[in-house]
Amino acid sequence: MRYNEKELQALSRQPAEMAAELGMRGPKKGSVVKRRLVKLVVNFLFYFRTDEAEPVGALLLEHCRITQEEPSGFSISFLEDPERKYHFECCSEEQCQEWMGALRRASYEFMRRSLIFYRNELQKMTGKDPLEQFGISGEARFQLSGLKA
Amino acid sequence: MKLNERSLAFYATCDTPADNEGFLYKKGGRHAAYHRRWFVLRGNMLFYFEDAASREPVGVIILEGCTVELVEAAEEFAFAVRFAGARARTYVLAAESQAAMEGWVKALSRASFDYLRLVVRELERQLEAVRSGGAAPPRRPRALPPKENGCAVWSAEPPAAAAAAAATAPAPAGATPGSQPGPEPPPLPPRRRASAPNGPLDSASFAQLHEWYGQEVRELRSQWLKSQAQPEGGGEA
Repeated sequence: MRYNEKELQALSRQPAEMAAELGMRGPKKGSVVKRRLVKLVVNFLFYFRTDEAEPVGALLLEHCRITQEEPSGFSISFLEDPERKYHFECCSEEQCQEWMGALRRASYEFMRRSLIFYRNELQKMTGKDPLEQFGISGEARFQLSGLKA
Repeated sequence: MKLNERSLAFYATCDTPADNEGFLYKKGGRHAAYHRRWFVLRGNMLFYFEDAASREPVGVIILEGCTVELVEAAEEFAFAVRFAGARARTYVLAAESQAAMEGWVKALSRASFDYLRLVVRELERQLEAVRSGGAAPPRRPRALPPKENGCAVWSAEPPAAAAAAAATAPAPAGATPGSQPGPEPPPLPPRRRASAPNGPLDSASFAQLHEWYGQEVRELRSQWLKSQAQPEGGGEA
């Protein structure tokens, strides 16, 4: 699949939600743990060799599942292949929980659900649609109907 | 750079309704021809397929940090997705009608994760204000990108930049297309406050997709309703 790699590289240089050196193991059988600088920017998780400026790779964090892995680590897997896991090792349980929380909130789809929820609550409480003042109340992407039951 | 392309393809073709979709002509390169492709906008990702029935995208344009403009082109209903940076590519696209073009420009201008995050934070703030008993006076819209004012350029830049650009470039409603100043490199997106939780959904368990999202929303609603339960009546479950 073609993609605009330069823009993705530029994105990897933006200020991060979270950044830390973690142990990382790829999904392939027999892969070993490597130290990587892991950086969360919008809905992408970038990972760098610790002494390089360009990322080795990036994971788009949509439709993913974050699972705790013993001892103080977590894994990321994706909806289309839940057994294929990217493993991360943290230095403490606290760091692990922090990362897991941040990654679960990092998807566009999660944000969208939050927006729809807040919009709905504000509408119920104030009788007014809070998106109207911003001129986006008609946007398809922010409609409650977009959520499937 | 490695990218989880299979997951991207899955995201592109999943069942949930897209934020926008339709045929667009895409210019191959500066001197290349236009190719008709089926475009699907999901979140901050613009996928394009050979046709509407393809299972795998030909490619994707990651939209974070872009600006969207109308352009002068041989092709009718043309617009451009532009990125900052020295060797950044500009994607020239053309719709098949005026209405389609306007729909796409609007949708793409608001597609960034950054924009969505700003709106969510603003609503969080308003909800907090209402919950703590006061009315929630909406913050002056300077905090968010300006409403459409009839100008031809809609910017996906962070609001500080958009507000600054709007202030320095006098643009009356109904201005002719292309009257905005040339694109400047957008400033860095605002750093997120580390202490601001995004919502109560810290440890939702993950089941199959629709069930999870539906469950999330139901949980939140029930939590909120419980917190509002009157002593004499029961809260709704």
